[in-house]
Order: sequence, then structure tokens, then C-alpha cells
Amino acid sequence: MSTSMLRLVWVYPDLLSTYGDRGNLLILSHRAESRGILTESVMVRSDQALPRQADIYLIGGGEDGPQSLAAEKLIADGAVAEAADAGRVVFAVCAGYQILGTSFIASDRECAGLGLLDMRSDRGPSRAVGELAGPVNPALGLPTLTGFENHGGRTHLGPETAALANVSHGIGNDGSTEGAFRGKVVGTYLHGPALARNPALADLLLAWAVGRAPEELPPLDDRWAQQLRQERIAALV
Amino acid sequence: MTNLSARAKFATAMLRTAATLSRVSGRGDGSVIGGRVGLTIEPRLLSMLAAGRQVALISGTNGKTTTTRFTAAALEAAGPVATNSFGANMPTGHTTALAKARDAVNCVLEVDEHYLPRLLNEATPQVIALLNLSRDQLDRAMEVSGLAAKWRTALSAAPDVPLIANADDPWVTWAAGASSRVTWVAGGQRWQEDSWVCPQCGKHLDRYGEFWRCTACGLSRPSPHWAVEGDSAVTPDGRRIPLDLRLPGQVNRANAVTALAVASAFGVPPEAAAPRLSEVKSVAGRYAVVRRDGRRVRLLLSKNPAGWLEAFDMLEPRCPVVLALNAREVDGFDTSWIYDVDFSPVQGRQVLAIGDRRMDLAVRLEVNGVRFEVVEDIAAAIQAVPPGDLEVIANYTAFQDIRAEFDRVN
Repeated sequence: MSTSMLRLVWVYPDLLSTYGDRGNLLILSHRAESRGILTESVMVRSDQALPRQADIYLIGGGEDGPQSLAAEKLIADGAVAEAADAGRVVFAVCAGYQILGTSFIASDRECAGLGLLDMRSDRGPSRAVGELAGPVNPALGLPTLTGFENHGGRTHLGPETAALANVSHGIGNDGSTEGAFRGKVVGTYLHGPALARNPALADLLLAWAVGRAPEELPPLDDRWAQQLRQERIAALV
Repeated sequence: MTNLSARAKFATAMLRTAATLSRVSGRGDGSVIGGRVGLTIEPRLLSMLAAGRQVALISGTNGKTTTTRFTAAALEAAGPVATNSFGANMPTGHTTALAKARDAVNCVLEVDEHYLPRLLNEATPQVIALLNLSRDQLDRAMEVSGLAAKWRTALSAAPDVPLIANADDPWVTWAAGASSRVTWVAGGQRWQEDSWVCPQCGKHLDRYGEFWRCTACGLSRPSPHWAVEGDSAVTPDGRRIPLDLRLPGQVNRANAVTALAVASAFGVPPEAAAPRLSEVKSVAGRYAVVRRDGRRVRLLLSKNPAGWLEAFDMLEPRCPVVLALNAREVDGFDTSWIYDVDFSPVQGRQVLAIGDRRMDLAVRLEVNGVRFEVVEDIAAAIQAVPPGDLEVIANYTAFQDIRAEFDRVN
């Protein structure tokens, strides 16, 4: 943590905030504050410079036009790439997730991404819409990933990037894996929002940001989130 | 009214028979099946039935059923009105509405946003009211910008059709902007999350109070002809018409002033129209008040984030509130949008969460710092509050479930 206060940056909500993306910011802030970790949430519009010293950067979903514009601005701004190299936490969803890769397709055009994850995205044969679930990469030590996906793209991971989860229900990256991570940079197609449906993932991001092991964070009363998870996972069978 | 061909007369008769059969067999009001039968026999039936009549179309993400009802009530000052008052807002429903009231010269049709271009062609409207555009069921519907572009293309091809459009909504303003005959209405707009950037050029949109402007291309809020001021409507020539509405909230004052503007376009002066709006007490169960076990329960329907924000503005102070959330097909399967809504206006009340997706609500309210209880259904919620007033905010199928509990109250 750079200061006594955990700084959360919501990147370009004017471009990337289609469906409840604010939720991931609210969940992180709530789970930190419930443990006595003070937070400062900063929303940075696309015509403003991104701070370089924040602890967690959140990038949301959006349509093709805003997505390609956001990618251009993120590359020009440089702060997120710099922060990722310095070991800060980046968490991106849907269109924001695709931006983390080397390239993606928007409005039938190939666009350059930030290249923080070794992956590229293209168009799939059909839109992937619906509930997704699957076991998380064992390296992260998290319970089943659950959420709602709604995207037309498919994402192909390179050797330098690990999948966030395997898919047991839904499409995700390509029908077999979902999301990706490298170091403290994590991306996923999932809405829900993802961190509302996966509080342990939220805690992992927080633990990374404060430089502690996840099990060192005091436990929270998660009965509602746990019931929500059980209900959503049970609804798939 | 023009004479119908033999085929169109047969199609109309069959439509009415099918609708009646559907209704008496308890399958709803029969609007959809009737229209389907009529349009199968005569695919041009909608345009044939609309020919020679005065048609107003009402469209937008939120408020179209209520505004349609207000407009029909206002126009009844000038005689019978054909209207799809059951909310069947696609061409099958429109065809049925026009077939059922063949003698009505004035027609008011609520139109699903996606069908506006088709209705513009087939119903040859004399006026179109454009209410608002905001995010709604993104997992199955078009995104706001796509819908606005679809409207703009269709409206640009018919620049002489008079529009009554919401000056407070940048997307509506842009969609209507290519028309040469726009009457602008301002009723206030609480939801602004879909208009951070300019619909025309994508640059940042500046806001100063109710005024908005793009600093790059200059697109800005048009000067309104009709406006809401306090509890009054203000006409284009500056007359103040008191609005004594039974329906709550700023958004219904905005819907009312839009209805007055449409009525005025059809020759009904606002002084004659406004008192008729006071007679609208509920709209297909929306705003209905039902009584059970000493509780007075008011039902509010809200389908998306903009709608929930407007509903919070309607709540009686300190009154307990039931929040009901489903995610069935017509609601959209993705509940993420509840994070686009700030629930702090319900803080400090007794809050009860119900519906298929009450666990999603529970997690959302917890993060928002709102104290709440999760209960099984509306009956349990009623038992959980003290006798007195209770407000209910529900999304579409959750609302229908609750309405069923009260004998499908209208």
C-alpha cells in the first residue's frame, strides 16, 4: 500500500461502465473498510490523467466504440501499464479484460491492447450470454468462479498467461477456460458483478494490494454472498 | 376513415374473434394473439387500420405505458380513443388496438423502442413522443447508443413528422435532432449514467444543473417549449396549468406534460386536458393501492436503474419498503444493473427483499450499508411490517407475481 489509505481507481467510467461495473469498486471498498482499512475511491474520466501511485485499478465493460477509444487513451496515458509493472493490482472485466491483451477486435477492426496479458481476442461464432461457472486455477486457491457473461469475443491465451478458471458451464474465453492472470493483473468476462459473486477473489485482490496473505485478512460475515453463490451454482444443475 | 378491403375486413373480424376467445379462456387480454391472426391474414392490416386516422406514437425506455394512458385520457375530451392500454406494445398489440376501436379518430399507441421505425412507416403518425433512452436488459436488448442511432436513422427519413421530445435526455435530443419539427419538453431527469459522453461526437458532456452541453461539437440542451415547474405544466406561450396528479413523483409530472403536448398537437387545449389526467389513479396495476390486514400497500413498477431511481423519489417518507427482484427472460437474466442504482434513499426505513433474486438484493444492500430483511414473498413482507402504509418497488415479472397475489389489481 502506497500510503495509509488504499487507493482504488475506477478507470474511465465515462467509457467503460455498461452493467454494474461500479459494483466491483463498491465491493472492494466495502470489504476493505469492514476490516478497518481506509479506502479512497477515485473515478477518472477519459479526458483526465490516471494517477500512477494507486493500489488497485479497475477497468469495466463497454461497447466497441468506447472500448477502442479507451484502449488508445490507456496506451497514451501509460499509467496502468506502469503500475502493473510496479506490481500494483489491475482488475478488468469484459471489454476492459480484452484491452489487457495484445489485441482485440472492435467494430470489425483489430485494435492494439495494453499487452499486460499475453493473449489476443477475436470474434466468436455467436454471442456468449448466460451464467458461467468453473473451478479456479489452483495456483490462486479460490473457490468456484461464478458470474454472468455477455460478450461476442473469444480470447486466446498465450504461454505467458494463465487462465483464471476452467469452464464447467458457459463459454468464457473459448469454451474451455475463462479469464486470465499474470502477477497481480487479472481479467474476466464475468459480470454479476464478479466481485459480488466471488468475494474470495475480492479478498485476494485486497490482500495483494496491502501486501498480506489472504488468510491474514480478518474474516467477514459473508452469509448473504455465500447464499447467493450457492443459489447461482445450484441453479445450473 | 378509409374503407377496408374484403380481406382486411375478414382479417379484422378474425382478429376480434381470436382476441375474444383468448380472453374468455383466461389467457390474458388477447391483444397479441388477435393481432397475430389479423396480420397473418392481411400483412398490411396495421397500416390499413391506421389510414385516415390521427395517430400518436409514444416510445422510450421508461414511462411509455403511463404517458400513453395520460395521453388517451386527455384526448378523450375530444371523443373516443383507440389505444393499446394493456401494454401490448408491439405491432400485434397495435393492430388489435386499432381494430377494436374502429370508430375512434384519435389513436394513441405505446411503442416498444425497437419497433418505433416500423410503426413510423406503417402507422403514419401525426406526432411521435420520445420520452427517454437508458440501459435496460442489456443481455437481450440493444445498447443505448445503438437504439438511439436506429431512431435517428428512422426519424431522419421522415423529417416532416412532428416530434415531441425530451430536451433533458441527450440521446433523445440527438435522435430527434435531424427532424425539422420538434417540440421540446423538459421534465427533469434523475438518471445521467448513460450520457457521460456526447451522443454525436463521443466527447465529454458538461452539465450545469439541468443544462447540458458538449464542449467539442456544441450539441446542447434545446430550449424547452413545455416544462414542469413545481406542480404545474408551463405551456409554450407561458401559461401555467396546474397538475393535480394522483400518480406520484417528478417523473409522472414529466409524463403528464408530454401528454399535454401531444393532446395540444391534436387540438385539445391543456386547460381541457389537465383535469382528465387527475382521473388516472393507476395504470395496469402500477401505482395501485391495495389493502390487506390493516396494511395499505402501494405498488410501483420499475424495470431498470433509471426506473428505480425515479421510484425512490416517489416513496412516502419513513414508510417501510419492499424491494422485489426477478431475472426471468423479460426482466433480463443479468442482475448486475442493481449496482448502477444507489440504494441510500431507502436507508433508515424498514427494507424487505423478496423475489427470485432476493439474494442478489441482499448482497447489494449490504454493500450499500442499508439494513434489510430477506423474506419469502409479498405475503410474508406484509406480515413483517406494522399496520399502516407499505411501499413496493418491483421489476417486471416480480410486479406481475405481486399483482397476481392481489387478484391482478389494475
